[in-house]
Amino acid sequence: MALPEALSLRRHVAETQADRFLFDRAARIRIADLVRGTSLDGDPTALHGRSVLIATASQLTSALTLIELDGNARRLTILPPDIDGAHLGALIADAGIDAVVTDGETPHGLHDIPLHVACMPKVVPIDRGRPEHVRTEWVLLTSGTTGVPKMVVHSLTSLTAAIAPRADSDPLVWGTFYDIRRYGGLQIFLRAMLGGASLVLSSAGEPVAEHLLRLARHGVTHLSGTPSHWRRALMASAIGSISPRYVRLSGEIADQAILDNLRAAFPQAAIGHAYASTEAGVGFAVDDGLAGFPASYLEGGCGATEIKIVEGSLRMRSAALAARYAGARGASLRDSDGFVDTGDMVERRGDRYFFVGRKGGIINIGGLKVHPEEIEAVITRHPQVRMCLVRSRSSPVTGALVVADVVLKPTCVREEGRAQVKDEILELCRGALARHKVPASIAFVPELAVAATGKLARLS
Amino acid sequence: MSIKLTILEQMTQVAREQGRTLAPLRDDLALLDSGLDSLGIAVLVARLEDRLGTDPFTNSEDVHFPVTLGDFVKAYENGAP
Repeated sequence: MALPEALSLRRHVAETQADRFLFDRAARIRIADLVRGTSLDGDPTALHGRSVLIATASQLTSALTLIELDGNARRLTILPPDIDGAHLGALIADAGIDAVVTDGETPHGLHDIPLHVACMPKVVPIDRGRPEHVRTEWVLLTSGTTGVPKMVVHSLTSLTAAIAPRADSDPLVWGTFYDIRRYGGLQIFLRAMLGGASLVLSSAGEPVAEHLLRLARHGVTHLSGTPSHWRRALMASAIGSISPRYVRLSGEIADQAILDNLRAAFPQAAIGHAYASTEAGVGFAVDDGLAGFPASYLEGGCGATEIKIVEGSLRMRSAALAARYAGARGASLRDSDGFVDTGDMVERRGDRYFFVGRKGGIINIGGLKVHPEEIEAVITRHPQVRMCLVRSRSSPVTGALVVADVVLKPTCVREEGRAQVKDEILELCRGALARHKVPASIAFVPELAVAATGKLARLS
Repeated sequence: MSIKLTILEQMTQVAREQGRTLAPLRDDLALLDSGLDSLGIAVLVARLEDRLGTDPFTNSEDVHFPVTLGDFVKAYENGAP
């Protein structure tokens, strides 16, 4: 829903029922208490009009700070948990940071910021004056793996452009495997806050099984994560303890296998995959249970988002687009028509488009090119495969080869069974892929690294 | 199993996987006439690295890629760890 700029996040959550909460592993905050209370240690008006860095250790205190400071601070820059400390100086300079909110020890590299304010995982009552309303910029960092992360400037309006008003008033409980300080997780935080829902936050280092049990305890109805998050969750027996009505995937390519596996695990749930990027915002959602998206989306078939394909790469234009990049490193974000290039490559098969990989992620095998994701989508079709990662292996003959690391489902434990599965996977690949795309070797591994962004860690 | 036997066995395996027919494997056979194309040879080199623990063509800068099967086998025998 497009919010009027004048309505800040705090004013929005003020119109709320009493029984809505923000949960993390250790604390429970009644959202209604924020109307006449604060989590900041000190006078919130001290941060009025400032460019504030939110550098808390926990997601809960980040959430509380966002609610407190939207409409109050001039700019909110949200620091993701896994940021490389070496980049902090450049980020502080580029965003003109003059205040920082923390919830414990001040992280290294932030001591020179003039104003420090603490945020606590609780709400204390205050008499609140009415500070003049400010139009707050929200600055998110991209999740690129190399170099200084780009700072993407949004507003509450652009961040919430894709959130449709709810028709019903059932109490919802949102949960997410994402960290809310990244775009995908922030979407869920805002969806919950604007949609009258409670929200169960993930906690760093919490085992998947415990997180699932906590989600079950709070009666999660809506749950979101990347396909990698979901594959990990499906490997935990505790997955049986939750029964969400809505299952959402975003952040990575949702292949048919993960959609089918989720359908089998949650036969009653609506299952949708959303396409979004930090720069382009939420572009569209696909709710028919099939991978890819209908070709009709290119002819205005996906709501307020316009999409086009240039040299195989998806471009989008909508109200959810970020305004610009902040700072000196800000390259131009939009093309001459106002579209953002997502860098995600698509390919048309029949009346649907399928995501085939990232523009920069191509592996070159003696001059022939392949996106690892294309091979992964074939391998995960094997019923015994839970997840896999295709990567490049250097070769003195062809420059590179593709090899696959595969995680099997727990049911496939016997050694001879594994040898047979390996043959079957290779057979599957030979039947569906050009010769150079068939992995030169397949290794069975107990698990694959998932980055803090929730995406499969791809080493470059 | 000797290095040479391992190589011949893997060549046969890769050829089978790739639907190729191998020429009789004599020492003076030019590798590119063996029936494996460059992709097949690349896969062979990767498999041999996994089994023999060495890739003589990447690990040493002054080794030229061998022309004949005999040279190919020799490169592994010389590079055996």
